[in-house]
Amino acid sequence: MSKFLSLEKIEKRFPIPAKEDYIAVTNVDLEIKKDEIISIIGHSGCGKSTLLNLIAGLDKQSEGKIVLNNKEVTGPGPERAVVFQNHSLLPWLSVYQNIEMAVKKVMPELSPAELRQRVEKFVSMVNLDHAIDKLPAEISGGMKQRVGIARALSIKPDVLLMDEPFGALDSLTRANLQEHLMRIQQSVKNTVIIITHDVDEAVLLSDRVIMMTNGPEATIGEILEVNLERPRNRVELQHDPEYIRCREAILSFLYEKFAKDDE
Amino acid sequence: MNTELLKKILLPLIVLLIIIQVWSGIAHVVEDFPTPSDTYTAAFGGVNADGDEIEGVLADPFYIENEDDKGLFWQILESLKRVFGGFALALIVGVPLGLLIGMSKNAQYAFDPFIQIFKPVSPLAWLPLLLFIFQDINMTAISTIFITSIWPIIINTALGVRSVSEDYMNVAKVLCFTPMEKVFQIILPVAVPYIFTGMRLSLGIAWLVIVAAEMLTGGIGIGFWIWDEYNNLAYQNIIIGIIIVGLVGFILDVVMGKIADFFDYTKKGRA
Repeated sequence: MSKFLSLEKIEKRFPIPAKEDYIAVTNVDLEIKKDEIISIIGHSGCGKSTLLNLIAGLDKQSEGKIVLNNKEVTGPGPERAVVFQNHSLLPWLSVYQNIEMAVKKVMPELSPAELRQRVEKFVSMVNLDHAIDKLPAEISGGMKQRVGIARALSIKPDVLLMDEPFGALDSLTRANLQEHLMRIQQSVKNTVIIITHDVDEAVLLSDRVIMMTNGPEATIGEILEVNLERPRNRVELQHDPEYIRCREAILSFLYEKFAKDDE
Repeated sequence: MNTELLKKILLPLIVLLIIIQVWSGIAHVVEDFPTPSDTYTAAFGGVNADGDEIEGVLADPFYIENEDDKGLFWQILESLKRVFGGFALALIVGVPLGLLIGMSKNAQYAFDPFIQIFKPVSPLAWLPLLLFIFQDINMTAISTIFITSIWPIIINTALGVRSVSEDYMNVAKVLCFTPMEKVFQIILPVAVPYIFTGMRLSLGIAWLVIVAAEMLTGGIGIGFWIWDEYNNLAYQNIIIGIIIVGLVGFILDVVMGKIADFFDYTKKGRA
């Protein structure tokens, strides 16, 4: 089961009228093991979100193929659940209903009691029992993102895809959500791909960090193994030589080898 | 707080007084123009300017003398029936069409030019054509309302569909929703407030149209009643008719607004 999810020679071109195609990413080869957490990091415009959309099946690659569990990815599906950057909860449904909608669709065989049980279990998993009947507008940004995570996990995906899941949150809330994610991962193993531009987040959460070169024609620059024991403690890690090594490796990649001027 | 309430009552009263003054002035200048007190007497009964004891038109709005002579309530009811008939038809056709135009670029390209051209056409331009087709007062009035009130429903429904965020559609895609599930679980909830805005505009238009349509078609209805009073030289009743049309239109709008709020998710849960 080592070859769980693989990307082979992926290229994504976007047509531009009356000009040559824009090549967002090219030549991406990547193998992801089961229950592995990887981060994809890079400057904006490096095609990391494009890559995630391809894996999610929301977009189609121009070249190459993506294989999950020996099945080629041809479109979106619940076995590849996505946590979107802006949570994407349906504002007219309560926390409970947002998760219920997903579970009901993906597991139609559940009895009403089982359905209720499953939804409640995942609400509890992200510690939102007190807000279960609240509408998205009534809860904070961090809580919304937790619901997004609960919704994604509730449909028992093979891979959890997270597109800059905490990018829109303040740093304290972000830390809190990272803790939630690590705690959940500790009890229920998932294969997770996180798109991020936060160096600390990448090191803290991942087993491997995929570093992307700058676009156009972005590709994988380096892959970093993070050899840190779990559970990880963000405070203690600050002085851990391995943590410091990983951090420096990413920083050097992003700001020395592939520095980018943001206009 | 209390002064605010006082202002809300007092200030309109002042404007009312000014309106009555101006009205009296006009009545003084224009021959046979009913004065405010003439109009009040005509509405609620009393002794008129000629010294005759008369019964007001509002005294018994429910009377039925014969098929052609009924109280104001029946006139209004008849108009409302036509309005809701045409409005319901516009809704039944307009919402699905709006959904289609909102969801499909091709449908938008196909229908948009015609919507833009027919939308500004006055209902009165349709009337003779429809009268010629149907040769029937009710059918003509209803179809005129249908054809003039359908545009805001189509346009707003399509707008509502287009305002569905890409993120919600991505959620639907990941969950592999069927097209029907997309419509009922994602698109309609987003579009409903827009649809109601369209319905509110439509109902307003329908109520505007009915008065004019009934004047031309005759028979029964508040529009025809006003025209009939003109032919009877009962000018004070025209003014009463105008006020009634205004009040009914206002009530329709308020009721529609309340219903719209009830279905608008953005107005819920913000206690």
